Amino acid sequence: MTTKIMDKDSIRRALMRIAHEILEKNKGTENLCLIGIRTRGAFLAERIRECIKQIEGQELPLGILDITLYRDDLTKVSVQPVVHETTIPFDLHEKKIVLVDDVLFTGRTIRAALDALIDFGRPATIQLAVLIDRGHRELPIRADYVGKNIPTSLGQDINVMLEEADQHADQVVIDQSPAKAGQGEP
Amino acid sequence: MEWTKRHLLDLEGLSQEEIELILETAKSFKEVSTRDVKKVPALRGKTIVMLFFEPSTRTRTSFELAAKRLSADTINIAAGGTSTTKGESVLDTARNIEAMNVDLIIVRHASSGVPHLLAKNLQASIVNAGDGCRSHPTQALLDMFTIKERFGRIEGLNVGIVGDILHSRVARSNIIGLTKLGANVTVCGPSTLMPRDIETMGVKCSYRLEEVIEQSDCLMLLRLQLERQTQKFLPSIREYAKEFGVNKAKLAKAKKGIVIMHPGPTNRGVELSAEVADGEYSVILDQVTNGVAIRMAVLYLLLGAKEPAVVLA
Amino acid sequence: MGLVIKNAIVVNADKIASKPQDILLDKGKIAKIGGSFDGKSHEVIDAAGKLVFPGLIDMHVHFREPGREDKETIETGSRAAAKGGFTTVLCMPNTTPVIDNCMIVESIIEEARRVGLCNVIPIGAITRGQKDDELVDMFELKRAGCVALSDDGKSVVNSHLMRRAMEYSKMVGLLLIEHCQDPLLSCGGVMNEGINSMRLGLKGDPGVSESVIVGRDIEMAQYLDARVHLAHMSLKRSVELIRFAKSQGIKVTAEACPHHFTLTDDAVKHFDTHAKVNPPLRTKEDIEAIKMALKDGTIDCIVTDHAPHTAEEKELDFDHAPFGMIGLETSVGLTITELVEQRILTWPQMAEKMSQKSAEILGLASKGWIKEGMDADVTIIDPNEAWEVRKDDIASKSQNTPFIGRQLKGKVVTTILAGKVVYSTTPGVITSGVK
Repeated sequence: MTTKIMDKDSIRRALMRIAHEILEKNKGTENLCLIGIRTRGAFLAERIRECIKQIEGQELPLGILDITLYRDDLTKVSVQPVVHETTIPFDLHEKKIVLVDDVLFTGRTIRAALDALIDFGRPATIQLAVLIDRGHRELPIRADYVGKNIPTSLGQDINVMLEEADQHADQVVIDQSPAKAGQGEP
Repeated sequence: MEWTKRHLLDLEGLSQEEIELILETAKSFKEVSTRDVKKVPALRGKTIVMLFFEPSTRTRTSFELAAKRLSADTINIAAGGTSTTKGESVLDTARNIEAMNVDLIIVRHASSGVPHLLAKNLQASIVNAGDGCRSHPTQALLDMFTIKERFGRIEGLNVGIVGDILHSRVARSNIIGLTKLGANVTVCGPSTLMPRDIETMGVKCSYRLEEVIEQSDCLMLLRLQLERQTQKFLPSIREYAKEFGVNKAKLAKAKKGIVIMHPGPTNRGVELSAEVADGEYSVILDQVTNGVAIRMAVLYLLLGAKEPAVVLA
Repeated sequence: MGLVIKNAIVVNADKIASKPQDILLDKGKIAKIGGSFDGKSHEVIDAAGKLVFPGLIDMHVHFREPGREDKETIETGSRAAAKGGFTTVLCMPNTTPVIDNCMIVESIIEEARRVGLCNVIPIGAITRGQKDDELVDMFELKRAGCVALSDDGKSVVNSHLMRRAMEYSKMVGLLLIEHCQDPLLSCGGVMNEGINSMRLGLKGDPGVSESVIVGRDIEMAQYLDARVHLAHMSLKRSVELIRFAKSQGIKVTAEACPHHFTLTDDAVKHFDTHAKVNPPLRTKEDIEAIKMALKDGTIDCIVTDHAPHTAEEKELDFDHAPFGMIGLETSVGLTITELVEQRILTWPQMAEKMSQKSAEILGLASKGWIKEGMDADVTIIDPNEAWEVRKDDIASKSQNTPFIGRQLKGKVVTTILAGKVVYSTTPGVITSGVK
């Protein structure tokens, strides 16, 4: 059973609101950088950058982070996940980083991302923006900017689809999947 | 595609897709080596033993850096000097090492087939770092990576491999890998250092370096092992250098953008002149850089474990 | 009290009997063939449905005693021989010390008699210590019991020395057996030089290292009007040279091993050290040539080159593992499966290749035939029994064979040495203790 909970427009509005919130909280764009977590986080970061450009006329530096090598379950997966490139074309030192991902769930991806970021340098702050927060945290991590809070049960799947990644119109759906096999992408 | 292999023994056992996955994965790992903190935690807690029955600085260092940049613990065992006396069992040595709960063994040995022997008898993953005259898969992979980096492809390229083909594991592995990825390979060297039936490996064979230079997009020069050849296989090193050594003058007729490779260490003035080794065509140092990335990719892929995945989000 | 073999279909080198007969063995000899014998005064073996061969002779085995009793002893080797259907074997002199004097010859013969499962005739070395330097005392060796000499394991490389050996052995009346391999050409090769060796990066032994010595020895035999026997021929070119030599009336004889008409160097592809043997496994073309040479008589006999090695040694890497495989217990099965079943050899030809011709070459006048008055050495074979070679069934002390798991047809069911059953698969038959 699939329930659509966000469509193209609601995603666009949520991202625009997040952009405003980021600017408000950081009092402008000074030292501000965006880093998206592969795959969909990277596309969302790009869209937020576009929103900020519309609002402030400023293009923020954008990085893409692949956290595969920092996963805490690498020794448990049956097949090594494909590693993709990390591209962070700027120095993180003393920067205000906004980390962007699609869904915040257990918090483990963000934990891995934080470890990875620290290896790249010492930012002034790291904030977290997510499109969906579905709860069920396993680590003490919270988001600074949330597109939509969606209480879920563990048996449900949140599926974020983006034009850039999925060849499908933007949408967020909940799948009621029986007994999850549990080999989802991080 | 999914990676399922536990050992890297040779390239004969890999499909074209598997070779391409290694090359693709290495691309990501190359970036890791450019960071300030050149280390990722991917193989934290894994133990890797380098069991080298033959002396090696370059390959061993490259593997060691690769393992360390993935946070694996490494131990070096140079079994070269003392314990390779005839009659001593390689398998026995390896079994003893494995008993210390080692996850992966990187082995180099002067006898062909030693990595296969270990893979057949041990639980640990085995990586071949060179066995006899047979195989040196990571060298061939890093060579292919370097070629692909330069040309954006391997298919359809003309690659010349020049030198002692008979005794070269680098040549054998490259022939197998390059032909699998669709390159046209020509081997070139003195007739005494050319294996009979080499054409059965899907390559052309030439005894004229000039002709090979003219056709090639990429020229791979092999190290001439001076100790070995001087006695019976060649009249003299001097004559070899003159006929089969590459210098700037001989490259005059080469295609524009020809790339010169060498697995190292080079005998300057024999396989190639210093000006060629250090010249614009040379990618010899790129090969060394890429070696670490390839070896990281190989270690990362092989050490994939067996339990089911945990959801991360 | 004698031993009667009932319903025997006798296979001799000249013919296979058209109907079953009963054979009486008595006092170590074949006493009578045909007629009926009293079952009460003799022990009886029923050979109905089986073939009865003259006791098989393997003129090329390595029993490792003295020196490497961890691999094989005369006792364990004799057991393997009896199980394989062999009543006479000739053991090669590359032991430690080398069989190059009468003391060692006598001690081997004595030990073999004590064991009593097989005739073991030691082959003496050609050169002292097999060092390719001085000739052995040939008269002394002959008196001690040798019938042949060989430096097996390697050639007599020194051509002058080989000439003198041929001249001298001719006078003494000993057969010279040459292991044909020019070491300067084989140059440390560990397998056949060819496509496989190139791909495996293993050092190749070119076939020409064998054929140049075959050619040399043939020329020498022609010049000296001497005899020479060429061991374990593996090569098409060797066969062609021998065929030519025989056509010229040169006194050359030759042998081949089952693995050289069964396996190609493909068997080495996965670095199986059990397939590491000297001379090496060659190509399909060579196999076919060996088969044809057996068929047309260019190659006179089948031998095993039974070469036991410990599991530890065969677990070494390919370069360092020793050459050789055991063969006594698979020879009959392989010969029947690969040659008789494939209609390359007839049953009488098998008797010729595995018994009569070897006896003739070695001058063993009372062996090689099922005839009245001959030694009561008999091998009974079930031509139809299909079986699998299994490690646990091997009687030899070593198990180094690439044929484990192979399905064979034709099995030795009873081996009789000098009128006594030394091996039998039939429960209740009293044997001298081979499992």
